[in-house]
Amino acid sequence: MSTYNPPLQDASFVLDQLIGLDQMCNDLKLDEVNSELASVIVEEAGKLASEVLAPLNSVGDQNGATVSEGAVTETQGFSDAYQQFVENGWATLTGPEEFGGQALPNVLGTAVNELWHSSNMAFALCPMLSQGAVEALIAHGSDELKAQYLPQLISGEWTGTMNLTEPNAGSDLAAVSAKAVPDGEQFRISGQKIFITWGDHQMTSNIVHLVLARLPDAPAGVKGISLFIVPKYLLDEQGQPAAQNDVSCVSLEHKMGIHGSPTCVMSFGDNEGAIGYLVGEANKGLSYMFTMMNHARQSVGLQGLSISERAYQQAVQYSQERFQGSNRDGSKIAIINHPDVRRMLMAMKAGNEAMRALAYSAAADIDRAHHGDAASRSRVELYTPIVKGWMTELAQELTSLNVQVHGGMGFIEETGAAQHYRDARILPIYEGTTGIQALDLIGRKTLFDNGTALKHLQQEIQASVDTLRNSESESLQQLGRKLETALKQACNAGDWILDNAAQDKELMGNVSFDNLMMMGYLTGGWLLAKSAIQAEQLKQTDNAYGAPFLNAKISTAQFFADHYLPRVGQHSETILTGLRHTFALDIDLL
Amino acid sequence: MKILVTVKRVIDYNVKVRVKSDNTDVDLANVKMALNPFCEIAVEEAVRLKEAGVATEVVVVSIGPKACQEQIRTALALGADRGIQIETDSMPESLNAAKLLAKVIAEEQPELIVMGKQAIDSDNNQTGQMLAALLDMPQGTFASELKLESGKAQVTREVDGGLQTVELNLPAIVTTDLRLNEPRYASLPNIMKAKRKPLAVKTPADLGVELKEHSKLIQVTPPAERQAGIKVASVDELVEKLKNEAKVI
Ligand SMILES: Cc1cc2nc3c(=O)[nH]c(=O)nc-3n(C[C@H](O)[C@H](O)[C@H](O)COP(=O)(O)OP(=O)(O)OC[C@H]3O[C@@H](n4cnc5c(N)ncnc54)[C@H](O)[C@@H]3O)c2cc1C
Repeated sequence: MSTYNPPLQDASFVLDQLIGLDQMCNDLKLDEVNSELASVIVEEAGKLASEVLAPLNSVGDQNGATVSEGAVTETQGFSDAYQQFVENGWATLTGPEEFGGQALPNVLGTAVNELWHSSNMAFALCPMLSQGAVEALIAHGSDELKAQYLPQLISGEWTGTMNLTEPNAGSDLAAVSAKAVPDGEQFRISGQKIFITWGDHQMTSNIVHLVLARLPDAPAGVKGISLFIVPKYLLDEQGQPAAQNDVSCVSLEHKMGIHGSPTCVMSFGDNEGAIGYLVGEANKGLSYMFTMMNHARQSVGLQGLSISERAYQQAVQYSQERFQGSNRDGSKIAIINHPDVRRMLMAMKAGNEAMRALAYSAAADIDRAHHGDAASRSRVELYTPIVKGWMTELAQELTSLNVQVHGGMGFIEETGAAQHYRDARILPIYEGTTGIQALDLIGRKTLFDNGTALKHLQQEIQASVDTLRNSESESLQQLGRKLETALKQACNAGDWILDNAAQDKELMGNVSFDNLMMMGYLTGGWLLAKSAIQAEQLKQTDNAYGAPFLNAKISTAQFFADHYLPRVGQHSETILTGLRHTFALDIDLL
Repeated sequence: MKILVTVKRVIDYNVKVRVKSDNTDVDLANVKMALNPFCEIAVEEAVRLKEAGVATEVVVVSIGPKACQEQIRTALALGADRGIQIETDSMPESLNAAKLLAKVIAEEQPELIVMGKQAIDSDNNQTGQMLAALLDMPQGTFASELKLESGKAQVTREVDGGLQTVELNLPAIVTTDLRLNEPRYASLPNIMKAKRKPLAVKTPADLGVELKEHSKLIQVTPPAERQAGIKVASVDELVEKLKNEAKVI
């Protein structure tokens, strides 16, 4: 199966040059952290990722988790790998110090998470969900709940889950119907949750479920949902897992991908009712979910990068081993030399580097926002649906290209190309579908603030256009012209939406997807163009990257500008039509 | 007991090695570098001895330009206590390295010195032996097992015919073979701690060593490209080719 090489050089370029990690850490007074430490951390994480987790990726695909009598057994090898992951402290990376975390910045956590997801996404979902539970408890849990659950969740001794979805409540969480009935200080939870990732396993001594449910007197709809902690094993006086709670995994879904990640139907309260503890205040559960959403959604967007990177590496490798066609002298041609194969490889590389630039930038803005920077806060809001929506959609195209590079062998499971393609397919679905991201971007993130955050972004892109156009380098000038064209197209479409959405109620829904994708290609192209500016500057100095890498950075930005930036124009044109015919047909004509 | 471990910065074993176009040397510009795998085993062994309560301090030494501090930090992240860098402009040849190390050892007075049996860049397999000669210390090379008992080291050595066990008086020099242990991965808390561990820098002059040119690198050429194989139609043809073309039988 395919090996995985952590892309250390590009990660360090994005962290140090594009984001300016040292400057950021200075500004945020993170004295302990600098780019040198970051590169050591990423490199060491890369060893565990490539040597321990990556070899288990296809094992998980072929031998998924199993369930028997309410208990899930994970793929063989996962538990040992998880122990190693925890013993080496990786689960603690971004956790707060007072609960045993290393308090490292989110952007560094993101760079490291990229590696876990590239090496084994099904596995890495488990710590990813624990991180979600940690966030929820830090933001909204009482001191008592924090003291009881955070240290073990942060160390990784226990894992966490998110129990939101029910058969009738998916995108529309307002429809949640699980029940919570007060019982003294605690609550009795009952109901069924579906599609619960890592809902059960035997890797740890406890699992902490975060569950959305309704109190008996709760108002209907979004304002009547509360958030509870429901541990698999109740804690005894010493805080140790003891009696089994009334919760179990009823069955596992048979899925298209991520077979190594158990997707559970969870049943709460089959007997006396599962004991749960209220997190924060009653009826505020959904708004709490929103406070965690940026991080959770960006994490899924990051998975889009991770899996595409793994697919890309496999494609580069295979295309050098497969020979088709002969030269005049009779020697065979490796397919990597065919222009169309090369196009696919460049499309993957350029797409990945744009995604990395965007994912890390958005993650760094979360750090700045945490430290009170208002501009970063609104940038995070704007970026999040783009990271989640655009990156996971692009991952479909890029993992498909890997299959294509493999030709017939790509369709044959044996090569493993199909696994990345199948695994990637969940990404635009969970944690809010692309449709939901698109609505979020156009509605809450654009129309709601009258385009203020959007205009700031456009201005920043314009500043880069100016820098590029005034550059001495012909390549950068060209890049500047292409980015300028795309920016104008995006501004036209954006202004038009802002001008017309109020009168035309259908408009927003019709064009939301095109708006999302347009913003994705524009931001990706912009960040690569910025990277090219940095690369050009670095070339003039003594630097740690070397001319081949820096020149490649510039050429990759140019390829992106030729191959992907024109899509900004296409989406913009579509938006300007208003897609008037979306509802032209009555349902019986569909 | 104090243990001194030597570590060398070498080209990462995953990197495809390229030769400079003028054939003067291997091209190391912007190439990923790493801790020599045999040295990593040496660090692991020392850290295990510390964890077992046998050793009290693990000191790592590396010789080379400033960048080799990265490898010292890696060793510190694996559990070593402090580092010493001996700053030189380029990587010293084996005898110079042995002379520098001899001086450090005279200062540090460790009871055990653990080294990689060879570095994967130049593959010389001689620094440990030279150092033992310079210090007139017992040596146990190619160790696949190491036991310390009552002031002596028992070293199981991987020799051509099988395994040989020798007993050495301390202080002694042990060089590691691949099977001695399986090095751990650095843990995140230890990576963070490594930053704060002491790292001293010394020069050859501080140690009173004058580096001499004992050998000269004349030329580096890449190995010949492997030719594509051919299919033979019959066993007879195979035998014929082995005899007359390959001339191996
Ligand atoms: C493998 C896997 C793991 C999962 N893990 C978890 C987990 O750990 N915890 C958890 O709680 N959930 C989990 N989920 C559930 C996941 O979050 C939901 O499947 C997802 O939110 C979509 O909900 P749904 O499946 O009900 O689809 P629906 O909501 O039925 O959506 C169907 C289609 O309708 C569209 N749609 C729906 N509403 C709108 C709207 N208002 N406007 C425009 N389009 C709309 C959607 O975009 C989609 O295309 C997981 C799902 C899977 C498959």
